[in-house]
This record gives sequence, C-alpha cells and structure tokens, in this order.
Amino acid sequence: MAKLGVEFEITELRLGLPGDSDEKINENKKRVFSGEMDPTGDEEAMKTKAVVVVGWPPVRLYRRRGIEEASANNKRMVKISMDGVPFLRKVNLNDFINYSDLLAAVDNLFECSTIGEAPKGRHNSEYIPIYEDTEGDWLLVGDVPWKMFVESCKRLRIMKRSDTKGFGKFAIKK
Amino acid sequence: MNYFPEEVLEHIFDFVSSNQDRNAISLVCKTWFKVERESRSRVFVGNCYAVNPSRLIKRFPRLRSLALKGKPHFADFNLVPHDWGAFVYPWIDALSKGCPDLEELRLKRMVVSDDCLELLSKSFPNFKSLVLDSCEGFSTDGLAAIAANCRHLRELDLQENEVDDRKVHWLSCFPETCTSLVSLNFACLRGEVNLASLERLVARSPNLRSLKLNRAVPFETLHKILTKAPQLVDLGTGSFVHDPNSEAYNMLKSAISKCRSVRSLSGFLEVASRCLPVVYPLCSNLTTLNLSYATGINGTDLTKMIRHCRRLQRLWILDCIGDKGLAVVASTCKELEELRVFPSDPYAAGSATVTEEGLVAISGGCPKLHSVLYFCHQMTNAGLISVAKNCPNFVRFRLCILDPIKADPTTGQPLDEGFGAIVQSCKRLRRLSISGLLTDKVFLYIGMYAEQLEMLSVAFAGESDKAMIYVLNGCKKLRKLEIRDCPFGNLALLTDIGKYETMRSLWMSSCEVTLGACKLLARKMPRLNVEIINEKEQGQANLDDDRQRVEKMYLYRTLVGRRKDAPDFVWTL
Repeated sequence: MAKLGVEFEITELRLGLPGDSDEKINENKKRVFSGEMDPTGDEEAMKTKAVVVVGWPPVRLYRRRGIEEASANNKRMVKISMDGVPFLRKVNLNDFINYSDLLAAVDNLFECSTIGEAPKGRHNSEYIPIYEDTEGDWLLVGDVPWKMFVESCKRLRIMKRSDTKGFGKFAIKK
Repeated sequence: MNYFPEEVLEHIFDFVSSNQDRNAISLVCKTWFKVERESRSRVFVGNCYAVNPSRLIKRFPRLRSLALKGKPHFADFNLVPHDWGAFVYPWIDALSKGCPDLEELRLKRMVVSDDCLELLSKSFPNFKSLVLDSCEGFSTDGLAAIAANCRHLRELDLQENEVDDRKVHWLSCFPETCTSLVSLNFACLRGEVNLASLERLVARSPNLRSLKLNRAVPFETLHKILTKAPQLVDLGTGSFVHDPNSEAYNMLKSAISKCRSVRSLSGFLEVASRCLPVVYPLCSNLTTLNLSYATGINGTDLTKMIRHCRRLQRLWILDCIGDKGLAVVASTCKELEELRVFPSDPYAAGSATVTEEGLVAISGGCPKLHSVLYFCHQMTNAGLISVAKNCPNFVRFRLCILDPIKADPTTGQPLDEGFGAIVQSCKRLRRLSISGLLTDKVFLYIGMYAEQLEMLSVAFAGESDKAMIYVLNGCKKLRKLEIRDCPFGNLALLTDIGKYETMRSLWMSSCEVTLGACKLLARKMPRLNVEIINEKEQGQANLDDDRQRVEKMYLYRTLVGRRKDAPDFVWTL
C-alpha cells in the first residue's frame, strides 16, 4: 500500500513537466542518467537518482497526461487511521464494490475482527468507522450510497466507540 | 505516348492514386505535368513551410483533399517551444478563396484556431472530412461551428489534440438534418457532452461506422448507443467502470451481442477489470485493439482478454502486460502486423515492465509483424539478433529503452550489433528509432545496410561526426533525420550540404554544431530554411558569436524562402 502511495507521488512530481519552463532546458544539457537502478528497488534512491530530461522518454505529452490522469482517476487512494494504532494505511476505494467489501478489507488491514460485517454489525463492535468528506465534515460510514461515498471520501478513521460517549446511540440508516 | 490526347492520359492517370507515383508522373514531360496537375485531387504536403497555399492552389486547380503537417516530430516531446508556428489559418484563408470545392482536410501538428474552424465551416459547401491529429489552439466553440455549418459532414476525427473545453454543447449543434456522419472521434475532449444529443445523433446516422467516445460518456450510455448503432465497425468506449451485477451491465451485454461488425476497439480511458468480460464476445473478430490508455487493467486481466483475440492485426498496449503477457500474445495473435507497447509509468524503473524477452517472443510467434514501437527497460544484442532473424519484414522499428544510454545488461556491450542485425536483415526498413548505449559503429551499419530508410530518430548515441556522416552518405532514401543529444558537430553538418535538398528536414538539438556552421550552410543553400531556436533571454542572445553552440536547429527544404510568421526566438539564417 505504501508503495502505491510513493508511485503516486513520483507522478505528482512530474506533473509540472517542461514545455513552459526555460530553466529546466538549460539544466538538462548533460547526458546524466540514473544508470543502473538500485536493485533493491529503493524508492527514495530512485527519486533522487532519476534525472528528468526534457522530452525523454519520447512519449507525447497528450499520452503522458492521459495516463497520469487515468491512473489518478482509477485510484481513489485514501488514508485510514485506527485509534490506538501508531501508523496509517492507505487503500484504493475503487478496489471495492460496496461497504461490506471495504470494511472486510479494513479488518484485514488492521487485523481485528471488531468492525465486522456491514454497518449493521457496528453497534456491536468496539469501533466505528467514520470518514471525512470533501467539505471537511466527519460522517458515519454507510449513510450515503456507495458511489457517492467513494467520490466524497477524503480519509477514513476507525474510531473507538468509547470516544463517542455522550453522543447517544446512532441511528444506523441502512 | 506523345500522340495520346490529354483526355486519355487523364483517364490513365486516374488509376494512379499514390502521391509518390503521381509526383513521379509529373516529372516525365511538360504534357504529363500539365495533365497530372489538372486532374489531381488529393495532395499531401509534408511540411507546411515547404510551399505556400497560393502556389499549391495554382498548381492543382481541382484540389479536393489536402493533408498538411506542421511542427517537427520532436515537438511531440516538448522540444519545440510553444508559438513556434505551423498556423493553419493562412491555408484555410487561401483555400476559401481559391478552392471552394474542398472536401477534406487532414492536419497534423498544426495550430488551429476557432476562427480557422469557423471559416472552414462556412467556406466549403461540400466539406466532408476533417481530421485533426496532435493539433492545438482550438476549443469546443470551433467544433460547434463545424457541427452547425458543415451540412454534408461525414468525418470529424479528433486524434490526441489539446482542446480547450468551453463547456459548449457542441454536439448539440449538429442539426437534425445531419444524417451523413460516418466517423466521429471525440475521445480527446475532456469535457462533458450532452448525452441525449449524442444518442439522437447516433440514431439518425445510419452510415456511422466509427465512433470514439470520451471519458465523460458514462457506462450506462454505451448500451443505448450500441443499440442504435449495431453496424459500428470501430468503437472507442468512454468510461468503463460499473457494477457487473447491474441492469446497465446486462443491457450492454445484450447490445454487444448484436454488434457483429466491430473490428476495432479502443478507449477504456477509465476502466475496471471486472467489467471487461462484457466485451469478450467482440474479441474474436477484432483486428485492432488499443488498450494503451487503460491503466486500470493489470497484466493478468489484459492477458486474459487477449487470449480471445485470435484475429488481431494491430495491438497497442501498456507495458504492464509484461513479458509473460507478450508471450501469450505471441501464441495467440498469429495475424499480428503491428505492435506498440507504451510505458505505463515513464519514470519508474523496477515496476512491472517488458524486456527483450517479450519482444523476442513476439518476433518468434508473429510472422506477419512489420511495425513495432517498443518501450522497455532493457534490451540485449542477442535479443535484437533473434528479432532480426525472426522478422526480416520490418518496415518500422522503433525501440525506446527508458534509460537511453543503457548497455546490454548481460554483456555490458553497446547495442551496435543488435541494431546492426536489424538493418541488415530488414531490407524493407523505412523507419528506425534507436536507443541504448551506441557507438559510431551502429551508424556505420545503418549507412551500409538501411537502403530503404526514410526516417531515422537518434538520441544520446554515437561518439563522433563520423557517425552522422555514415548515415548521410549511406542512406540514399533518407527524408527525415532527427537527432538530439549526440556529439555531432560542424564536420558532419557540412559534409554533404546538397543532401539536405533531397530530404524533407533535419533536426539537431543539444549537439555540437555552431552558429557559424549554420550560417555557412544557410548561405550556400538558398533553398533551405535554416532555423535556430534560441531560448535564452533577450540580453544573452548574440547573433554575432559564430563559435557559440546552437542548442536547437531545424532545417528544411522550401520553395518559398524564409517564413514570415517566425516568432522572435526563431532565427532564420
């Protein structure tokens, strides 16, 4: 998962490719290349070693952009944090077809069975999945149709139920 | 032959359609020149600055179809600054006055403004076909004018253009009376189209054979379109993401079962693998498959799909198919003639990719292969030698190793011998692009063996002027030579200046040629335009220092002298 994130970043670095910037053209006169790639496939080394040369590889800007956009569109990468776990995970929401699918995968990611099946199972579990939408609000996972959720979800958080004390029972709509 | 009346000559010439043959005919004698020019209806101009519109119209009064190319090829890779030129307006202006019967216009790498499109749409009552490939400068406003005013439009084909989306419902501008469409390709447009208009347009176009949708056309619309146009031969899908259990998916399945004529499939700009099986019934009849934008499909699913495509002749694909996937292509697609493998991530190394293995497998399994574009992470001499042995019929061979100075990883040697084998074996080779670690030797081989070579692209190769000289001396049919980042200098440039009048153009960037040499060349060859692209700031530009290296030089033969629309940063010497 982390690797996917880094690849995305590598693409992001290149989005402002030459064509407009004169500076880059002068920078790139030398025939300097990354040569042998680090066999361990170390992403950091790759990023620093690979020199971007204008117009290489010879892929049309139209195609390059098309592929970058297509990759970006096909991936709806969102971070998932779980209370009490010190590191986050990242998933591609487009890999799933509905909420059960997603929550089952989240179970696997954090190796806990407490989130369980469907939103329905939630009121029995220790955790509640919530998400931040494009407007910055935190909502309960499961209220809106799946597609709408995929489009509006910016990040996920698996919250401890104990943190919600004082807010009463949640009416789960689906 | 001198006693044949002109009408008879004209009738005979009618059977000669190829431009090259027609050009040859016109050189025989004055009578033939006259008859040929008066009967010619299709003209191809490979460099819009080699000739001007008025000369063209004067020579070919019966012009009906014109193809024009503008910017040099390396403009595709950002090596030519914006505003360099290749404006089509003067052409359309002249044609509107001198050639009102124009029916077809095909433009490549030109700047087309909305004004051009509007003028075009209003000036030619019989206009039938507009093909724009890799052009820029226009918006959906211009398309609206074409749609609204070209009453007999048969073809509107927009291939990989940069189009400004003005949120205009240009598709809705096709009048209800327009029923003549045969081919419509708007895959490169980014914006929404009015879906209802699209469906109605398709419904009233019984001759529609080719339809390529853009990403904004959702999955659900596809079955409606296919139901209305089951006669389609060439289909480019829009968005292809959906729930396979849905009603829309089933309806698409049903619509597809009625499309018996589809031979070419493309699109999948947005796609999920799980939706692909719905198109499998089309696969067995496909001759062309373009999945080169389908980043959403992994190698395994790509391979699964291709197993169904036994009649494939042309395949464009991403390198995520991997060497194993290419082996499957090799065993499945025995009719394959053209293969293009593009990099799914041009900058990543170490990701799923292809190597010499894949190409060797393809060459071994596909005896009809004649055209290859292959982006890979590595290549070996042994691999290239095998490929050359298996496929002596290559007409186009373009190899791009992502690290352009990479040696043969198994031997550490340059790739001279491998490419040497290719040119020696492929006697009909017309186009070649080389990459990898290469010395002067490969150029010696090219000069010696590549007798039919018309276009050569070179980057980061060679060691001395000798290399370029081998090519200029040896390749008698060379028309286009483009070179970047090679240590070729004045000696090579000036070794045979007459040669350049036999060629369309020469591009040299980041090489060792100096301003003085370019000036000398320009002085001695008045029928060449020698253009220097100077991207330094105003203060630093100095036309007097002959010893300075020229960063970008583009020279081309021309009948009409220096061009008048060159921007400030282009100096015509």
